[in-house]
Amino acid sequence: MRRYRIRKDESCISCLRCVSECSFGAIEKGTDRSLVFHHDKCTDCQRCVSFCPTGAIYIMEDENRFRQNSVFREDDIREILLQAETGGVLLSSMGASGKSVPIYFDKLLLNASQVTNPSIDPLREPMETAVFLGQRPEGIQRDQNGNIVDNLPPHLELKTPIMFSAMSYGAISLNVHKALAAAAEELGTYWNTGEGGLHESLYPYKENTIVQVASGRFGVHGTYLNTAAAIEIKIGQGAKPGIGGHLTGKKIIGDVSKTRMVPEGLDAISPAPHHDIYSIEDLAQLVMSIKEATHYTKPVIVKAAAVHNIAPIASGIARSGADIISIDGYRGGTGAAPKRIRDNVGIPIELAIAAVDQRLREERIRDRVSIIASGGIRNSSDAVKAIALGADAVSIGTAALCALGCHICASCHTGRCAWGLATQDPVLTGRLDPEKGAARLVNLVNAWTREIKEIMGGMGINSIEALKGNRLALRGVDLNAKELEVLGIGYAGE
Amino acid sequence: MKKEGEVRISSGCAISGIFCRDGRRITGEAIKKSIAVMHNRSNGLGGGFAAYGIYPQYKDYFALHIFYESQAAREETERFLDKRFDIINLSKIPVRQTPRISDAPLIWRYFITPLPHLLQDSQLDEDEYTSRATIRINDSITGAYVVSCGKDMGVFKAVGYPEDVADFYRIEEYEGYSWTAHGRYPTNTPGWWAGSHPFSLLDLTVVHNGEISSYDANRRAVEMYGYSCNLLTDTEVITYILDYLTRKQGLSLKECSEVIAAPFWTTISIKDEEEKKRLSYLRKMFSSFLITGPFSILVGFRGGMMALNDRLKLRSLVAAEKGNTVYFSSEEAAIRVIEENPDRIWAPRGGEAVIVTLDKEAGR
Repeated sequence: MRRYRIRKDESCISCLRCVSECSFGAIEKGTDRSLVFHHDKCTDCQRCVSFCPTGAIYIMEDENRFRQNSVFREDDIREILLQAETGGVLLSSMGASGKSVPIYFDKLLLNASQVTNPSIDPLREPMETAVFLGQRPEGIQRDQNGNIVDNLPPHLELKTPIMFSAMSYGAISLNVHKALAAAAEELGTYWNTGEGGLHESLYPYKENTIVQVASGRFGVHGTYLNTAAAIEIKIGQGAKPGIGGHLTGKKIIGDVSKTRMVPEGLDAISPAPHHDIYSIEDLAQLVMSIKEATHYTKPVIVKAAAVHNIAPIASGIARSGADIISIDGYRGGTGAAPKRIRDNVGIPIELAIAAVDQRLREERIRDRVSIIASGGIRNSSDAVKAIALGADAVSIGTAALCALGCHICASCHTGRCAWGLATQDPVLTGRLDPEKGAARLVNLVNAWTREIKEIMGGMGINSIEALKGNRLALRGVDLNAKELEVLGIGYAGE
Repeated sequence: MKKEGEVRISSGCAISGIFCRDGRRITGEAIKKSIAVMHNRSNGLGGGFAAYGIYPQYKDYFALHIFYESQAAREETERFLDKRFDIINLSKIPVRQTPRISDAPLIWRYFITPLPHLLQDSQLDEDEYTSRATIRINDSITGAYVVSCGKDMGVFKAVGYPEDVADFYRIEEYEGYSWTAHGRYPTNTPGWWAGSHPFSLLDLTVVHNGEISSYDANRRAVEMYGYSCNLLTDTEVITYILDYLTRKQGLSLKECSEVIAAPFWTTISIKDEEEKKRLSYLRKMFSSFLITGPFSILVGFRGGMMALNDRLKLRSLVAAEKGNTVYFSSEEAAIRVIEENPDRIWAPRGGEAVIVTLDKEAGR
């Protein structure tokens, strides 16, 4: 079913670079160095466009359209035809594409200081972006001499409020993991293994690694849990709340099989729920089990998808002994998810943070836990807005992949990623140089951090903790009264 | 137009303070003279004074200064108080009519003590019992506003220039060992007396010059601990934070200063191990109470006074000493006008708290 059309102009020198770059079989060599285009296989990943030395290739939306009416749009018809042909569940990847669901970040405007207090120049004055994530006790303790005793449980220390989201080895390549780990180390932040275990070659990055324990328990063993700065229990994912995972046997080869502790060629299936967590008290037991296994030296994160009752869920998590709550919103990415789930389940992260932060404050336990927000953070101002709504830090997945070359063609589930990210094909994974990749990730996060400092300085705020939950820094436009109420902000001009 | 409490109003200001370390009680004349020098730092929309040691004959009772907008509010509040406290004495606060102060509410003063059996049943100490009662009055009785509620102290504030407020309240007739003053320059005209400074809870009073950029982060944090910020002013939130940190968390005022005007991480990193650990702990433990943006504050408390600037020193604050008397002010001129030749005069660094207390032998 054709969606794009590949064209070339007269500047083509028939070098066939596009043929070797295309991993989807959309461009093939014909006779006499001519090019044969299989338009229906093109995913618009832009690999050929990026590598064409003469700029001769164009990927266009196909001008032939299905006839649409006011109810059935192009995609609806395409999907019906595909399902009628295959009888299958539609697969998708990356984040949700519900076009009529607002991106609230775009409707929030930030404040700046004028006259009554001074803005601060981050080039001349210190501007602090360090964040500490973890539990806080209810009160201080003093020893017999009256000195304060350090009774803080273990914390994560981030030099910038941006971390990398969980993406599993299997869903993405080892080279991506290497790039993320090295970048996290250099940036003084954290990367997250996702549910596919931790490759032994990455053990040296332990101080900057968050290891994940998901429902499939892939690659979970004592060493794994202790080769990390924190452990994350994954309950849900924004792209597919309520749904497990399925890594096809084709990808369970070599080191992926070894790292996941799943026999080669066998599908790796993460059940929808954790079968030892059917209720909140079960979660508390798992949290404590992990703390036992790691001798209470590491914070435990619980990650949940933003769903309708995320506020009480977060409250339950906060009381389960978890140190940090990670909330993944409606637009959070995935390597593969049923399309209907991705596009129709869950709520946007902006509303989720606002609701959770408010609820935890009403219950007077907001200071007890930290909140990480993720799911559609595209730039530094999204991060600032998420923090002003009430998050302690944000994590980025799709944005990090973009820094490594991803062009968001949303074909991760095919395993043919032309940029060598969401694939295990050794020819393709070799396309990412982990060192160069790490440098690009470092650049990206440093650039965002500079922008965050600039924005904070403009607001007269010189430390990121003074931005957290500072909702007066935000005003809304194009929002109704209910949306403003949930977000806990005023309208612009108010 | 919305009044203070319905909308957040920023303001610039002048502050001044006098503290007699030997416990010597002085009249309000000096502080009036000092704050009057900084007339043009305020705009006639708010002025006030806090004084300590002014009610020696009632020093064991909580002194409540209350504004009422109507007799009905007074009656309701008095019924409320009567149920919970023994009212030892009540009277109107004497004022002097002046054309420059208008729209005065009813201003009453009560000396009270919690009813012993209710206090016992509440399982609270008398400070917490009293502070909850006053927060409840401010929160739920329309037209009633508790201006101050500490022991042997009181707050006198109004809409007007501070020197006129001083005349209005006849503060030259009070004698205290510690005085703070405030002249306000709000950016609109709320015309509500409660919005003036000092702001106070129990023995703690705060006068503040500045506009904090961390306001909503701080407000939402302190509201978790049972405070309700009705005025939407920086000063109110600073007062509640200090009350929470000192009374409920047991921090010293110096430690409080290391929380609200915490040293930068780069500064902490060059301290010795012990100090590094202590300062890091305070920042991590109480990160929601870090105050950013410009402020200079004078915090009055029983037997002492603290002056503190924000960590970048974005507001002026001068300190001086002469014998047993310590002076603080937004401007040096306001000190020189009452003490021409201080022994020492200096500008405290950003984030560096100057804390003075009564000398032990003063017998208080």
